[in-house]
Amino acid sequence: MIIAFAKEQGIATVWLLWILVSCVLCASLAVAFYSKDNRVVFMPGPLSAGHHQLGDSCESCHSDAFGGGPVLQTLCIDCHGDDRKKPFDSHPIAKFKDPRNAARLEKINVTLCLSCHTEHRPEITAKNGLTQPLDVCFHCHEDIAEERPSHDGMAFVDCTTSGCHNYHDNRALYTDFLVKHMDQPHYLPELTVIEREFVSVIDQIVEYPVDRYPLNELTVDDSDEPTTATLDEASMSDWLASSHAKAGVNCSACHQTVNAEGELSAWNDKPGLDGCSSCHSVEVKDFGKGKHGMRLAEGLDPLNPINAQLPMHTDNAHEALTCNSCHGAHLYDVQTAAVDSCLGCHADEHSLAYKSSSHFGLWQAELDGVGEPLSGVSCATCHMPRVNKDVSDWLSRVVVEHNQSRYFSPNSKMIRPVCQSCHGLPFSISALSDPTLVTNNFQGTPNPHVESVDLARKDAQRHAEKKSP
Amino acid sequence: MKLNALLNVKSLVGVSVLGLGSAFALTAWSQDAGETPSITPRSMADALHMVMDSDRAVYTRRIVNRLAAKDKVITASEHFEDEKALVLPAQMFRFGAEMVAERAEANPDVNFSYSLQSIWPINKQNAPQTEAEKAGLQFVADNKGQNYYANEELGGVNYFTAVYADTAVAPVCASCHNDHKDSPRTDFKIGDVMGGVVIRIPIEQ
Repeated sequence: MIIAFAKEQGIATVWLLWILVSCVLCASLAVAFYSKDNRVVFMPGPLSAGHHQLGDSCESCHSDAFGGGPVLQTLCIDCHGDDRKKPFDSHPIAKFKDPRNAARLEKINVTLCLSCHTEHRPEITAKNGLTQPLDVCFHCHEDIAEERPSHDGMAFVDCTTSGCHNYHDNRALYTDFLVKHMDQPHYLPELTVIEREFVSVIDQIVEYPVDRYPLNELTVDDSDEPTTATLDEASMSDWLASSHAKAGVNCSACHQTVNAEGELSAWNDKPGLDGCSSCHSVEVKDFGKGKHGMRLAEGLDPLNPINAQLPMHTDNAHEALTCNSCHGAHLYDVQTAAVDSCLGCHADEHSLAYKSSSHFGLWQAELDGVGEPLSGVSCATCHMPRVNKDVSDWLSRVVVEHNQSRYFSPNSKMIRPVCQSCHGLPFSISALSDPTLVTNNFQGTPNPHVESVDLARKDAQRHAEKKSP
Repeated sequence: MKLNALLNVKSLVGVSVLGLGSAFALTAWSQDAGETPSITPRSMADALHMVMDSDRAVYTRRIVNRLAAKDKVITASEHFEDEKALVLPAQMFRFGAEMVAERAEANPDVNFSYSLQSIWPINKQNAPQTEAEKAGLQFVADNKGQNYYANEELGGVNYFTAVYADTAVAPVCASCHNDHKDSPRTDFKIGDVMGGVVIRIPIEQ
């Protein structure tokens, strides 16, 4: 047909047409790439649940078009590196750097994140982004039954799926920890939910501008907004009621930034993350590592709930997700941020069941003044817990973990910082491994029998018998 | 007078030239000394081991043994974060090895690795794996006071591998290993060889 067309129209016309079509195709691809709206046409396959939000930002991972594995590895570590160290990781990369592991690394190079977490391959991607067969532990622990006779006959596909082990975070699952906590009751006699301490440690937060904003409660006459600023009565009223005004944090603290010479920048009516970072840099940084803030951290437009993969309410589908989306500009009510803000968007079964749960009952009782302080369990209590965090090599302090992925997926990561604030270890492991209880927001009693605890108990007994004369 | 003055000037110039020459020669010599690879892999491994062994012995005797065993003001535990305890000497050693591995990666001119292993390991991952490790650990256990040296190829890279005996320098070394539930040997005494330090330096064949 093309030959007939060429004979009829002449070869020059065919060439011209071919060049024209090629130019149009190239222009379309260029527009798709640079407009970022249709970059999916370049994608070799869909991204995993952990990274799907960055589908229009190839350069977030592929910072160098020809960089290959080492470049990708650097970018993995940039975002995930903090958690890939001890004690949060049982298999830190540093453990495998010794040349004696060369034979092992030939089987599977675990020093590269991509060896187990290949992107764009949904057909082989399992839970938690794993793209290796489930029996991957076999490569190094083939003779585990010799070391642990109790494991004889167990299938390697069950190492991680049974809830007994994780490749990375085993802080609540290692044998000695199970032994230490195996007899804990379902409900611990004493709650150990961590209290907030921000105000009392301000002198330790080097970036906090305490000289400019000393801890004195401010009144309407103290507000330092410029006359040109647009300020309505509601905003002023919210600020006066906020913990910011009570702690001496004036309007300029959020709406203006301070440069190296100590000079205030021009007034910004709608400050972004910079406004929060001056005092809450740890929280903002963590926010950027979680699903809520990862787009902002990459310099992209903020996430809209409509782009989430989890079920969301439609009425807030196009709300841009920033600090103020949850905290509410000016009032910064942490109680709202802890429940109502979450439920304003999330519409999965677990979230929808929350208000029928005993956890919510405790939260409501605390708000009503009936329950003890810190006895309420909000969405944030579990998914954005207050933790004692190493904020530098030399200092740790209590912060709200704003990367909600950090203690999630696998959910056993929640056991220590969250569940064990109120519940015993066997109860916690059992509850989190029951999909029905997870879905209905823990309305019911978990199975008290936990096999990994039984094995740990036997191990402890074996040791005690060995020691006894 | 003039001749004397001239001689003096000549002497002065001569001394100055001699001095400057010596200074240049010394500078050149000292540069050569720093850049010429006059240290053999074996002497480098011996030196590295002396530093590692001394640092850990100091930590074991003056910190762990003194505070945990003698003064009993704090414990030492492999779960040091959870137990709010001192890091075990073996862990301190391994953390250092891991940090060196990370730092050496960023500085390829400084390239060596080391590990602590045993033919009676508490953690089976610390049992010898390569032939040189197996032979070396057995050799230092059987020949007290002697080191083991070998060449081996791992992952396509040639290494000079040195194995040094790791002995119980304090009572806590023996007692902790003897009491550990996963220890395959429970009769260690102070002064016994409990394992070995393996140091590897990449070499060109």
